[in-house]
Amino acid sequence: MSPHILASTIGRIVRQLRHDRRTVGLVIVVPLLLLTLLYFMFDGGLMFDRVALVMLGIFPFIIMFLITSIAMLRERTSGTLERLFTTPVGKLDLLFGYGIAFGLVAAAQATVAAGLAYWLFDLHTAGSLWLVIVIAVANAVLGVALGLLCSAFARTEFQAVQFMPVVAIPQILLCGLFVARDSMAGWLQVISDVLPLSYSVEALTEVGAHADPTGTMWRDLGIVIGAIILALVLGATTLRRRTA
Amino acid sequence: METAIEVTDLVINRGKREVLHGFSCAIPRGSITGLLGPSGSGKTTLMRAVVGVQLVASGRVTVLGEPAGSAPLRRKIGYLTQAPSVYDDLTVRENARYFASLYGLGAADAEAALDGVGLSGAAHQLVGNLSGGQRSRASLACAIVGRPEVLVLDEPTVGQDPLLRDELWARFRALAADGATILVSSHVMDEANRCDRLLLIRDGHLIGDDTPAAIKATAGTDDLDEAFLRIIRQQEKAAA
Repeated sequence: MSPHILASTIGRIVRQLRHDRRTVGLVIVVPLLLLTLLYFMFDGGLMFDRVALVMLGIFPFIIMFLITSIAMLRERTSGTLERLFTTPVGKLDLLFGYGIAFGLVAAAQATVAAGLAYWLFDLHTAGSLWLVIVIAVANAVLGVALGLLCSAFARTEFQAVQFMPVVAIPQILLCGLFVARDSMAGWLQVISDVLPLSYSVEALTEVGAHADPTGTMWRDLGIVIGAIILALVLGATTLRRRTA
Repeated sequence: METAIEVTDLVINRGKREVLHGFSCAIPRGSITGLLGPSGSGKTTLMRAVVGVQLVASGRVTVLGEPAGSAPLRRKIGYLTQAPSVYDDLTVRENARYFASLYGLGAADAEAALDGVGLSGAAHQLVGNLSGGQRSRASLACAIVGRPEVLVLDEPTVGQDPLLRDELWARFRALAADGATILVSSHVMDEANRCDRLLLIRDGHLIGDDTPAAIKATAGTDDLDEAFLRIIRQQEKAAA
């Protein structure tokens, strides 16, 4: 990995996204629209505080997963990945390039969405807004890492988008938002325990309930970061310089 | 003459099919070598092996004295894939600058590469909005931007108008004069005449390796297309 190549790869990925204004618009605006919908659904209130807080973590995960898996699939199918592998680019330059570039986009997205939720919709959390944004960005990077990994198993963009429900929906159903995790059947709890989104949702809930960061929150954030590293390492093994 | 690329007993499978069957050849440094053969004969596969992105069943490919695909070679090799491999959602200039940066080169080098393929006028355009010929030149610019010692070009002039094709060949000639080794595939015979040497490949076998003039003389014709045909017929007769 070279800092110079990593920096220019991050720049390249951000530039690609910048030329696609509509996607940038969707990335920023869609979470705002959905938060607005939630606000009116729950008529403000306590339920809104609970659900919106969790959604601030889930939106970046889903959106970055989708964008990354398509972007990486394009690298694979357009021949640019093959060409990059004939240049001094390292696998880690690419993986971290995507992780950091989309992580930056996610930071912008999370800041705008959390800003709207706090100042316009009066979202109330006991803990700090900044912790919410940090957890949201960690979730986004988790989405990037899983997207990079899943893109290896798709041959077309149609297939790639189908991985979104496979990867995201079970995590959303089992993360404790709909049914508290400790009141689920035992085997569902086991599944929930191995899904990383369960921990980021728990971390967000901790920020919602406690004025200061708790040990549980830090542990959960650590687990999410561990899951990111694991997915990136697995993703690296799917990037082969030599192919058949 | 010094050898830049040496291929020894190369066997490559793609899918269940064996594409190259113990292929051997040597390509001299500072020359333009044409790789000629029908579609599906193994040209692209051989080129992928030379740039080091092809899984190899057995045999050896050595480029500038190093095993193909080894890390030191990645600064010295330029590869133009058959389908243009540039980013559609970047401008021509942004593509060239990105690839330049991978070799530690800057904006001036990117502009020089664009100039070299006649794309300076379209530098600000998104690659996705270019014509097919322009897009493949954008891809070519990214292959030459690192000033490679070995340049592997898979059908670089497809879709270019004759004047431009002439200019591109002049550019290749200039690069070779500066010491670059160029391996170029084509099925346009008029281009084959411009090469220093030709490798004729059919069904994964090397059936001819000589200068264009010598190939024509051996086959007893002035026309390369005809020469290629006669060589194939002779070989089939010999095999029968």
